[in-house]
Amino acid sequence: MKALLIGIGNEYRSDDAAGLMVARLVREKAPERITVREAIGEGTVLMEALKEAPTAILIDAVCSGAEAGAIHRIEAHDQPLPVKFFHCSSHAFGVAEAVELARALNQLPPRLIVYGIEGKNFAAGVGLSPQVSEAVQRVAECALEDLKQS
Amino acid sequence: MKKSKTIKVDYLARVEGEGALYVRIKGGVVEDVKLKIFEPPRFFEAFLRGRHYDEVPDITARICGICPIAYQMSAVHAMEDAFEVKVEGQLRALRRLIYCGEWIESHALHIFMLHAPDFLGYEDAIQMAKDHREIVERGLRLKKTGNQIVSLLGGREIHPINVRVGGFYKVPDKRDFIDLREKLERGRDEAIENVRWAARLSFPDFEHDYEFVALRHADEYPFNEGQIVSNKGLEISARAFDEHFIEEHVSHSNALHCVLKGRGAYLVGPLARYNLNFDRLSPLAQETAREVGLTEVCRNPFQSIIIRSLEMLYAFDEALRIIDQYEKPDSPSLEIQPRAATGYACTEAPRGMLYHRYRVDDGGIILDAGIVPPTSQNQKTIEGDLRQFVTGRIEMPADQLTLQCEQTIRNYDPCISCATHFLKLHLERE
Repeated sequence: MKALLIGIGNEYRSDDAAGLMVARLVREKAPERITVREAIGEGTVLMEALKEAPTAILIDAVCSGAEAGAIHRIEAHDQPLPVKFFHCSSHAFGVAEAVELARALNQLPPRLIVYGIEGKNFAAGVGLSPQVSEAVQRVAECALEDLKQS
Repeated sequence: MKKSKTIKVDYLARVEGEGALYVRIKGGVVEDVKLKIFEPPRFFEAFLRGRHYDEVPDITARICGICPIAYQMSAVHAMEDAFEVKVEGQLRALRRLIYCGEWIESHALHIFMLHAPDFLGYEDAIQMAKDHREIVERGLRLKKTGNQIVSLLGGREIHPINVRVGGFYKVPDKRDFIDLREKLERGRDEAIENVRWAARLSFPDFEHDYEFVALRHADEYPFNEGQIVSNKGLEISARAFDEHFIEEHVSHSNALHCVLKGRGAYLVGPLARYNLNFDRLSPLAQETAREVGLTEVCRNPFQSIIIRSLEMLYAFDEALRIIDQYEKPDSPSLEIQPRAATGYACTEAPRGMLYHRYRVDDGGIILDAGIVPPTSQNQKTIEGDLRQFVTGRIEMPADQLTLQCEQTIRNYDPCISCATHFLKLHLERE
């Protein structure tokens, strides 16, 4: 099985698209052995995608109160995701729930890294805030670096 | 007895969107009940104005990530009503099929992830999964099959992109259903098991003489079509919705309360559909209902978890029936000639009846739009349930009562994101 990178977000909610933008950057540069996907963040779809991957990276926009563009990196195979952290979407079963439910069912990949990019503007519209745009570049580089080790 | 008690839940868990609950009890009497919806309004109806009719299914699908098909279906039916087009035959059947997919997705999510933890005594599905692995895994499998139907017909499992006024952009070949068919058969067996499981849960002793409102069709359990009927004598077409129903603004909610004019609160959703359409369920669904001890009438909203399970079984059964009779239509959609008119439609979203109204000009540009989602319609009934439920249990310990009040709300699987509306409102936050 190939290593997996999933960028999560809604393209039409400004900074919420950060994860998708990382996926698109990585797709241009990623070697063949890496599968790159985009997702809207529906929990069961994420759980299904994670099931077989030896290494997986998830990237999503977050709103934890930190400065816009701040990057959070969580080694999720080792530590739980704070559920509230990823609640930019109003869906009751999103990224954090999917990862934690997969953990409860012993379905987590052996290596799972979750990047949260702190967003500023989640209003309807297209385009990232400048700080978030910079963070997208940095996370794409970090993710490629993580995947070198896979 | 001079006892004063306040139940406050500042952030409701396991519902779609952001809401809060406030109940005030004084001197042993429930003085005030408020289901507060503070999710900001989203102005969808306003920004539909000026858009072309063909954009409507894709724009309205964005109102909800859980029930986008319902928004697409009510939108296309309303437009087709305006343009005097009737989608029939296999295209109509495919619309029922994609609706089956959405009911399965949505009901599975609610039953297993959001509602079941209430009955089994867990904070959430993650805690529950540790002790009830099989149940959670079954829920995920069932939901996945629903996702597969929506992906196959809609192009992707959320915010599908293949639905259009007049039909679809692309329709599947018969052979595209081979893999899905197998999963649906397995799913149907699991769905029967699931009804049996749900029926064994324990339910608070609670009933109310609701006015149930749902669509009713000549020979089908309702998805896309039918008269709007109630158990108290209502029988109208979607065109007459505005004459009989009215949306009211209440200061504590960003979602409008929809009521029946001169009659007040009513209930939409699985319980209403079941009570008004038992005879339209498939023989298998009817037989399973009887096997678990249900009659044709169910007035206990806590038992909605059984009814949702039963509707999920029906959706599997109906999906198989449609696939077995499928022949690829010659064209994926009918030709549309826009004209200046107003179109109306109601379809049955997983959470209940969803009303759309559009006024368009002769170029097909939208002049005015009206959308009434199921959660707006149920809000007043939810508050009524809370009042009645708490009145009978004033002496219950506060933490237990709070939990059961939350459960009372979750009985309706409210989708708060859908219900927030376009009115100019003062945002109330606690």
